[in-house]
Amino acid sequence: MAIIEGIFEPGLVVTSLDWVLNWSRKRSIFPMTFGIACCAIEMMATGAARFDLDRFGAGAFRATPRQADLMIVAGTVTFKMAERLRRLWEQMAEPRFVIAMGACAISGGPYHLYGYHVVKGVDQVVPVDVYVPGCPPRPEALIEGLMRLQDKINARTIAKQ
Amino acid sequence: MTPSDIIAVLKQYDAGGIVSVVADLPYPHVLVKAEHLVAVAAFLKTDPQLRFDLLRCISAVDWPANNGMEVSYDLISTSFVHTFAVKVMLDRRDPQVESVSGVWPAAQWHEREAFDLMGVRFLRHPDLRRILMPEDWTGHPLRKDYQDVVEYRGLKFNP
Amino acid sequence: MKEIELQYQPDLLHEGEVPSDIRTEELVLNMGPQHPSTHGVLRVILHTDGELVLKAVPYIGYLHRCAEKIAEKVTYRQFTPYTDRLDYLAAMNNNLGFALAVEKLGGIETPQRADYLRVIFSELNRIASHLVATGSYGLDMGAFTPFVYCFREREWILDLFESACGARLTYSYITIGGVRDDLPDGWVGRCRDFLDYFEPKISEYNDLLSFNHIFVHRTGNVGVCPPDLALAYALTGPCLRGSGVKWDLRKATPYSRYDEFDFDVPVGRGQNGTLGDCWDRYFVRIEEMTQSVRIIRQALDRLPDGPVQAKVPRMLKLPAGEIYCEVENPRGQLGFHLVSDGGTSPYRLKVRGPSFCNLSVLPVLARNCLLADISALLGSLDIVMGEVDR
Repeated sequence: MAIIEGIFEPGLVVTSLDWVLNWSRKRSIFPMTFGIACCAIEMMATGAARFDLDRFGAGAFRATPRQADLMIVAGTVTFKMAERLRRLWEQMAEPRFVIAMGACAISGGPYHLYGYHVVKGVDQVVPVDVYVPGCPPRPEALIEGLMRLQDKINARTIAKQ
Repeated sequence: MTPSDIIAVLKQYDAGGIVSVVADLPYPHVLVKAEHLVAVAAFLKTDPQLRFDLLRCISAVDWPANNGMEVSYDLISTSFVHTFAVKVMLDRRDPQVESVSGVWPAAQWHEREAFDLMGVRFLRHPDLRRILMPEDWTGHPLRKDYQDVVEYRGLKFNP
Repeated sequence: MKEIELQYQPDLLHEGEVPSDIRTEELVLNMGPQHPSTHGVLRVILHTDGELVLKAVPYIGYLHRCAEKIAEKVTYRQFTPYTDRLDYLAAMNNNLGFALAVEKLGGIETPQRADYLRVIFSELNRIASHLVATGSYGLDMGAFTPFVYCFREREWILDLFESACGARLTYSYITIGGVRDDLPDGWVGRCRDFLDYFEPKISEYNDLLSFNHIFVHRTGNVGVCPPDLALAYALTGPCLRGSGVKWDLRKATPYSRYDEFDFDVPVGRGQNGTLGDCWDRYFVRIEEMTQSVRIIRQALDRLPDGPVQAKVPRMLKLPAGEIYCEVENPRGQLGFHLVSDGGTSPYRLKVRGPSFCNLSVLPVLARNCLLADISALLGSLDIVMGEVDR
């Protein structure tokens, strides 16, 4: 790719390729089943019949990180769990994304003041792409978070920046 | 049976082990000496008049003001539907009492939790180790004088 | 043709006998905190000999959110939202348990309408919780359809909850002294419509899942828990009733006017296997849904008028003392041991989570079962890690 880009102006060849890659990536995000606490139930409800996640292509929850693109951290992350979360994130293949769902994953939630075993925000452990606030966030809020993530994927390019 | 009747039956069995008695609601209980705990527990479970077969809860309460650590055992009988509680008062600096998991196996996990969060050691427990906190955690979090850790394995407690 | 000598004589290979030159080794398998069928962050280390599980050791604490320490720092009213998050599938019942503990210690009387509303919402939450248990149990066993059907019904219940208190999962609706708000207009009619719609669905679940040949074979005779073992390990709720012990706190020590309602307590009968197997524990939940519908209908018919909140001071101070109060949750008996020293927050609050005790029996039941039966066991115990770890 570098040879081609050196000859033409930046972005010329890769634009349609970008478009195809981004389109296919954002329309088929495979989340990983990483429900930890209460937000996991709302995540399950989002995948269920009424707020169908499958119409966004993101309904195939993969249990193994090796086959997943997206890790929805749904629930409170504790010190005991943080290590495992990091390990699972490292096992995901790139491009990988993280949605921090719920107040606990964003900043510790209701446990931020006195929780001695709670990590105050999952972004201390893994880099987060989208934050979805709520306690727990409604399924519609999670779907909006997914759509913001789709926008973020749309802005990616394979050219060197 | 009313709490007073239960206490009367218990006194017939082991009057020497009982330190004090509270017979009225909302929380009727006896305070027994730590050495007599397992015998009293076995009696409460097997006596045909009492039959406390369900161990509901084991709670440890920290009383730093009088240097004590109280462990209470809440019981209920599914045959007679009466409730009762047994307490022991231990020394806060080194709380030790014998495990009742030989009487009620349900006690195993409850005692592990009391050890983990309060530091009470249960002698002759089949597997006394931390259950909720990580294995290498220092300190017993629910004690009144517990200081929060600053950092655990690279993760800051308060960023 | 030269006759080939067989390496193993077939009639010597009896069940359980292994030829002496095959070496077997124990495999230690980690069913890690992230697993689709552990119902949350539970880690089970399995020592297996092939497909046979020799030992299963559960490790918990991955969701320990320090609820008991927080209770010592916040006031009584402020702790109600934390009780929602203990067993997040049965939040109304948790709220009720905590409110009852505080009210009993503080001598607060709730009005009659508040008690009836508490019963209605607790039983609706019981149905919702059992629907999740049923749906995810089917999912663990490989049946995808019941999951979607159960969640569809559950959405109707969540609609009812949302119109009453504004939240879908963590309600904080049942507070100290009563319930937070009165019902909106038309709620009773909508609830009755839901009950009429829901009752025939239970037979649909029986057709889909309960008497399904494959499901019966996967759960019948698996994880048999005799009644004395169940009592010894302090199992409560459907796990205890599945073993044949007719013990329900709503009948034994009634609270919140449950003695004014007429309902049965279903127990396991061993009809599709042995008494106390996974199928019994699962079917007790199905039958409990029918009973809950019965209770709600009676409560709606006899719903009295009146206030829904007792007068409780803003900064509630309880007299010094202690109490242990239990309620019957969908998963078992949830207990609150509340020690008060006369202040505005508890001195010590110990939460007895039913799933904590139900899970402690796993190592005993998992001995000598097959690897696939571990999923069946965990699903039938119906644990929620929020109340195991608190």
